[in-house]
Amino acid sequence: MKLWKTILAAAVLTFAAATSAFSARTDLVIGIPLEPPHLDPTAGAAAAIDEVLYANVFEGLTRIGPNGEVIPDLAESWTISDDGKIYTFKLHTGVKFHDGSDFSADDVKFSLDRARADNSVNAQKGLFAQIDKVDVVDPATVKVTLKNPQGSFLYNMGWGDAVIVSPKSADTNKEKPVGTGPFKFQSWAKGSSITLVKSDNYWGAPVALDKVEFRIVPDAAAAVPALLSGDIQAFPFFDPDSVAQVKDDPRFKVVIGSTEGETILSINNKKPPFDKLQVRQAISFALDRKAIIDGASAGLGVPIGSHMSPANKDYVDLTGLYPHNVDKAKELLKEAGLEKGFKATLKLPPPSYARLGGEIIASELRDVGIDLEIIPVEWAQWLDQVFTKKDYDLTIVSHTEPNDIDIYSRKDYYFNYDNPAFDAIIAKLNLTSDEAKRKELLAEAQKILADDAVVGFLYELPKVGVWDAKLQGLWENAPIQANDLTKVKWTD
Amino acid sequence: MTVRVDLPEETLAGVLAKAFGNRSFLIGFAITLLVAAIALLSFVWTPYDVTKLVIADKTQAPSWTHWFGTDHFGRDILSMIMVGARNSIAVALVAVGIGMGIGVPLGAFAAARGGLADEALMRINDLVFAFPALLSAIMITAIFGPGAVNAIIAIGIFNIPVFARVARAGALAIWPREFILAARAAGKGMTQISVEHILPNIATLLLVQGTIQFALGILAEAGLSYVGLGAQPPMPSWGRMLFDAQTRMVTAPWMAIFPGMAIIVTVLGLNLLGDGIADILDPKSRRRR
Amino acid sequence: MATYLLKRLIIAAITLVLASMVVFAVMEILPGDPARLMLGFNASADQVEQLRNQMGLNAPLVLRYLHWAGGLLSLDFGRSYTYSVPVIDLVGERVVVSLPLALIALALSTVIAIPVGVFSAGRQGRAGDTVAMGAAQLGVAVPNFWFALMLIYLFAVWLRLVPAGGFPGWGAGIWPAVKSLLLPAVALALPQAAILARVARSALIEVLNEDYIRTARAKGLPYRAVLWRHALRNAMIPVLTILGLQFAFLLAGTIIIENVFYLPGLGRLVFQAITQRDLIVVESVVMLLVAAVIAVNLLVDFSYAVVDPRLRGRQ
Repeated sequence: MKLWKTILAAAVLTFAAATSAFSARTDLVIGIPLEPPHLDPTAGAAAAIDEVLYANVFEGLTRIGPNGEVIPDLAESWTISDDGKIYTFKLHTGVKFHDGSDFSADDVKFSLDRARADNSVNAQKGLFAQIDKVDVVDPATVKVTLKNPQGSFLYNMGWGDAVIVSPKSADTNKEKPVGTGPFKFQSWAKGSSITLVKSDNYWGAPVALDKVEFRIVPDAAAAVPALLSGDIQAFPFFDPDSVAQVKDDPRFKVVIGSTEGETILSINNKKPPFDKLQVRQAISFALDRKAIIDGASAGLGVPIGSHMSPANKDYVDLTGLYPHNVDKAKELLKEAGLEKGFKATLKLPPPSYARLGGEIIASELRDVGIDLEIIPVEWAQWLDQVFTKKDYDLTIVSHTEPNDIDIYSRKDYYFNYDNPAFDAIIAKLNLTSDEAKRKELLAEAQKILADDAVVGFLYELPKVGVWDAKLQGLWENAPIQANDLTKVKWTD
Repeated sequence: MTVRVDLPEETLAGVLAKAFGNRSFLIGFAITLLVAAIALLSFVWTPYDVTKLVIADKTQAPSWTHWFGTDHFGRDILSMIMVGARNSIAVALVAVGIGMGIGVPLGAFAAARGGLADEALMRINDLVFAFPALLSAIMITAIFGPGAVNAIIAIGIFNIPVFARVARAGALAIWPREFILAARAAGKGMTQISVEHILPNIATLLLVQGTIQFALGILAEAGLSYVGLGAQPPMPSWGRMLFDAQTRMVTAPWMAIFPGMAIIVTVLGLNLLGDGIADILDPKSRRRR
Repeated sequence: MATYLLKRLIIAAITLVLASMVVFAVMEILPGDPARLMLGFNASADQVEQLRNQMGLNAPLVLRYLHWAGGLLSLDFGRSYTYSVPVIDLVGERVVVSLPLALIALALSTVIAIPVGVFSAGRQGRAGDTVAMGAAQLGVAVPNFWFALMLIYLFAVWLRLVPAGGFPGWGAGIWPAVKSLLLPAVALALPQAAILARVARSALIEVLNEDYIRTARAKGLPYRAVLWRHALRNAMIPVLTILGLQFAFLLAGTIIIENVFYLPGLGRLVFQAITQRDLIVVESVVMLLVAAVIAVNLLVDFSYAVVDPRLRGRQ
């Protein structure tokens, strides 16, 4: 009995010594909210694809760095002709795809030609629209000729949709992605996780991690315990509402960044009584943005007064236009002949900003006499009913595309907003390249939207990342939706 | 004229005496009465207004001002549990009503007619029982949209075969009895006999089953609301409160603990009550206690 | 006995066919166009129409039902709209999580419930019985998802003994995989164990009051021998019935529990598929679950015949 105990104790000690001697971990489990529909970044718009594969498995000629800058990737260097039309890329040599085949200029030509072909299924064909032709000069040099000079060309080549693929595996990347990156695809357990492992024949600086698992955790209810128990060590896109659960825990690092997401209370502008300006303005006066941000977004998020990110250089602060004022709101409703109030519906998609924000907004509008019935919908129903059929009164959604103020001029867009003056400004904007002039036009556009109270402008959605405090190298901001793991390592 | 064969020698006083001697019944009755009283009280008074959000007071721990703490919108949990009781009771009660209202006549009819009608009913019963109830409830609410009314329908549908089965089994045991034969000889029709003689004699069975289904209904409503398919805000519901609580377990565990307790206590009370009633009114079960 | 079993078998088959019609009909009235969903909201009406044709969504109703039902029989469930892989593959990946989970939960609840039932039956009306049955009453009243939440915070977050959720896959080894199924199984099993214990107790008491048991005791057989050898065997019928019903309940219960523990099982697959309108997956998984329930009930019917020889003579 005693001997048995001694052996056990010795075993435990040996085990403890062994684990502490090699304590720098080389594995990582990352939580992602949505599962990618497939794994080919050149054939789908879903951000979840890039969140797993960008910079990790697939590489492009250039890539986007942690602060939104363009850095060389498979192209070692490049020269631009004086007229700005010819880009000559010098490629890295000795690069291999994960299936063992060699990478060369032919693969670049194949990838770019494939992406811009007529039958291409690339989700961002616009990125390649200016390419006139692609020529292979020698195996390590490729020449791209543009139709017109394009300042953003190198940035465009850094998108996930512009990564270089091999002709051999291009058709099977959806299920079994083959790239040139530091990690290679290992397995995909549908509904559960995607696993990448370190690639042995990587051409660049070796990565610190041996194995990375992207685990799909759709709701915050499961994310919090998974993080607290150490099952998952990083959530680069964490639900802001749950930040309070971890922010005082020294084991974790909470990083608040910004997104391009204007979170708004969308209004169906053609549906009575919302076709009346006073009614829409009354709603704007009834909104208490501070309470909404505190209650739906843990106090994170910057209030907005029109459809523009406060981080944008052309942003105009219009948040003072409709301060929270219940009396003013009631007065406007009275002017509109609705002093007795009215009933309407509020359709809410799944994210917590919408579901929580919706409850708060319903309560705030009840204070001015507008009785909202809350209807929760799944994304599928939201797209169908609200976005496509415009069968809604009010809804809450975050418009995450950058520089998207032009959506208000789109015909048949789900706001049902129609203002020729606004359309004229957007049309002019599209033809203007002068920076100062553009700024002026954009300011005017923001002002019109705010004056018309087209929608209830709420706040800019924050980007919240939470990960183990011992983890280093994850992106703090999100210039693009990606989880670049090339510089990630454990410290101890 | 009705004949009660199972309780021929029972007097009201006798039943009452037995009720007061039955621990399950007493505890269950007391709890059920308390929950019902709280639900009724919430119509006229709650400590705080549950429709009013006070974001500044969000997730406050239990204190003398808020006995059970506040939720993520600064609402008083105690007040919400009081109002939530209404919702739970209403959903479960109506669901039991649907089940009894449709299931009992079906079961009684099948027992009276027998043959093909009986066989068909039992097959439909089999069919409904083959669908896991919760899965079907999720599908129903997914089709018609989440909400209290659809939750009631979803739960109610699955009560129908339960009551049909109980009513049929009970009625089948009574049909061969002599007093039924007498009634038939007196020229009474099937429907008349069912209503006048069968129903009163299976009332006890139905009452006991009703209590059980009531308790199950409260659990089912909580489950549906927990996955976001039951009662919608601003109507407070116990399951919904747990749904809101699950992402805040670390900072506000009281948001989960108290509504959970409310469900447990209510279901416990109803189950004890059902057991107690069965004990008191069913002479056979006396042996078991 | 053969006729009894044959009759049960035919009834089961009819139920299965009716169920498939119900499932198919329900999916037909579910709003949301799967083709539109697959293509996203920027696709044109033409593209959507083309895909609808490709997916066979424009064929007549009866034809589509026959095609689908025929596929089911040959285990060809079609392709998932969202994952664009064969449904059977998806189901295969998920079954290896849900089935072990339900089985572990069933085993756990039986292992807890039968001894408790026996214990209580033997001490009928005494303190031990009252405490055990009080606990069982409490167990019946606890919602399993609430219990799951409490378990997660106790065992995973505070004590860090088991994972809070997720499933490493059987490839990671038997123990890590089983470990991640433990909490969900306990959460599922406990309320079921409470019900089963109550049934086992009352069934045993009923049997213990039968004349032949009294005779056996009078002949001087020790109480334990009587209890385990004679009484328990005869109390099996109600216990088996409840076990059969519970299996269906456990399968359905996994929907919520798998969501709480984010286990990649059938329940979560069907829940996700409902929200994403991946109808073909919903249809297939629901049919599979229904078939499982029917099969288990059939098994219970069969085991009646084995446990209770008297039934063999009937019908």
